Amino acid sequence: MVESQDAKQPDASELERYAALLDEARRIKGTSLWQDAWRRLKRNRLAMISLWCLVAVAMLAAFAPLLPLQSPLDKDLKDRKNLAPGFRGQRYWVKLGERSDLRFASDSLTAELAKFDDEVAELKTKVRAASGTDREQLLGELDGKIHNSDPLEKLWHNPGSIVRQLLRLRIMLFGDWCLPSLFGTDDLGRDVLSRVFWGARVSLIVGIVATLVSLLIGVTYGAVSGYLGGWIDSVMMRIVDILYSIPFIFIVIFIITILSAEETKAKMDALGINQLTVFYVLIGAIYWLTMARVVRGQVISLKTELFIDAAHVVGASRARIVFQHLIPNVMSVVIVYLTLTIPAVMRFEAFLSFLGVGVQAPDVSWGLLVDEGVKAVTPIKIYWWLIAFSGGALAATLFSLNFLGDGLRDALDPRMKNR
Amino acid sequence: MGESLQFLFRRAGWYLATMWVVYTVSFFLMHAVPGGPFDAERNLPPEVRKNVEAQFNLNDPLPVQYFDHLTRALRGDFGASIKIPDFTVNEIIGQGFPISASLGLFAMVFAVCLGTTAGVVSAIRRESFVDFSFMVAATLGIAVPNFVLASLAIILFVFQIQLLPAAGWGSLKQIILPAICLGAPYAGYISRLTRTGMLEVLGRDYIRTAFAKGLSERRVVVRHALRGALVPVVSYLGPAVAGVMTGSLVVEKIFALPGMGSHFIEAAFQRDYPLALGVVVVYTALVLLMNTMVDFSYAILDPRVKLGEL
Repeated sequence: MVESQDAKQPDASELERYAALLDEARRIKGTSLWQDAWRRLKRNRLAMISLWCLVAVAMLAAFAPLLPLQSPLDKDLKDRKNLAPGFRGQRYWVKLGERSDLRFASDSLTAELAKFDDEVAELKTKVRAASGTDREQLLGELDGKIHNSDPLEKLWHNPGSIVRQLLRLRIMLFGDWCLPSLFGTDDLGRDVLSRVFWGARVSLIVGIVATLVSLLIGVTYGAVSGYLGGWIDSVMMRIVDILYSIPFIFIVIFIITILSAEETKAKMDALGINQLTVFYVLIGAIYWLTMARVVRGQVISLKTELFIDAAHVVGASRARIVFQHLIPNVMSVVIVYLTLTIPAVMRFEAFLSFLGVGVQAPDVSWGLLVDEGVKAVTPIKIYWWLIAFSGGALAATLFSLNFLGDGLRDALDPRMKNR
Repeated sequence: MGESLQFLFRRAGWYLATMWVVYTVSFFLMHAVPGGPFDAERNLPPEVRKNVEAQFNLNDPLPVQYFDHLTRALRGDFGASIKIPDFTVNEIIGQGFPISASLGLFAMVFAVCLGTTAGVVSAIRRESFVDFSFMVAATLGIAVPNFVLASLAIILFVFQIQLLPAAGWGSLKQIILPAICLGAPYAGYISRLTRTGMLEVLGRDYIRTAFAKGLSERRVVVRHALRGALVPVVSYLGPAVAGVMTGSLVVEKIFALPGMGSHFIEAAFQRDYPLALGVVVVYTALVLLMNTMVDFSYAILDPRVKLGEL
């Protein structure tokens, strides 16, 4: 009785003590798994250097159209074949569209582009003024003009709408000026520096998209298999075992020969599918096996936890439990595995491109560039810059991804906590 | 013994099923490519073309071709090559296989020797400069694709220093460079696995006991620790062998070696159906065989592993 009265009317000092306690409790912030991991990752110097390198590579690749680079495609067989890297023997000022064979107005891209824009605008006003069959004809002419004589199409292969905007912005910023061939030129007189940058885009996109595809398949497959258990699990894992022992490279080469046949190409164009897209999906569809195994193992150990029982009790459906409760909890493992899958996928892309069954010219990727470089190695003259820069960029990216993956694995490992 | 026999039989069943799946998928994928093997030869009169196609049963409906070829393949006969005249597929594979196999063997031996040595050394000298540089080298080996490595190695060792021949097959000197380039990524991976395994084992009680008995470091490491540390390495050997064999496609191309891999790519592109199928089947069989051997050695190294449970 006495005690409860005390509790009801605590004196001032007691109140102060509670307030201080409450205040202290508020000030203590729990560290989530991610904060903790980030703190540990920051202490790993190699992993952080890799992380910043990757961010830099990704940004440079993403904004490659904005940089003052030469055209990655424009060939110059006359006097720019196999130039050695560096400034020696090169002009400091290279202008876009200066090659006379391009027949650009006053040999400059800006002039040609201005001319093209004027012509398109003129045609458009004509279209607006005209009517009936005249209008039809003019519309056709306008269409042809946009498709056939856009100067951007001549210097860059099939730029999408975003790339087009970026290129226009670049032309506004830098005009015709672009960097000299610091990395040299290849045997068709193309600038290696800009090819390495544009190749980065394809290589990175293949790596990221294919990994996401593999993530989607692998996580779903593994989570479902692990959660359902029983005979379904054993059948699903048997299938994975079988797929593991198939040398996929052969199957991929067969599929790619199908894809690169003219008739299939025409069919795919009709459906609006790019060969490169099929390529991403194909690679992603191969690399999900390990992901599925890893996720399954995690899910099996998680599914007996109390929070899953609680979800059952409140009546959550199986699909909800798998996708809302189990999968978020395996994310740390998945992310670690992700940083190790991206380099594997990129290496596979490079491997295929090197064999001549991957990315097809005029698209460029690092694997393709290395292939061109290897072909140019002859006993008579070694054009080392054709391999060194593209191979170096590829190796450095893969190296950073591997180190980041190792760092993340250590950082997210709960056994390493508070170390 | 009965246990391992049972294991072998069950494995054999699975492997036959796998090979059949690979065979069937490859067969139909290959025939799904529009066009035939004789498209390139333009001016073949239709009668001649028909005759030539009949020679390879290409006029039959697809299921008939499939069963025809399958029954012959089951007897071990893959028929005649379409694009390499006067050679049967068996002859071509018979010539290419020893080359690919010895290249792969050299690469694996190199990878295992270098990988385990580097791993053990860096585990013993943990967190020293040696350890750090070995592990950076290992990651580099894993990260650099073998064709980049191969081309840089050619520039360096063939043209700059002129130590080794660039291409060709026959002498020991010609096998060194391709085998090293092929094995390097696996050496890197194996050294990391060995290091991790070694570190874990070195912390165990029985190692402390061994040291307490007064055994030398070398004896403890070689006799006691290594065996336990190698278990993860052995389980990696299966995928490694598969990787070495597919990697040899590229290395054979760069060094112009007349192995099976180089035949395969040409066969796939020129629609040489029998040859491509033959190579795929041989490769798959090899990978499966290696996996079985790995499982066996797993059981030998770790007495707790029961073959029946694999």
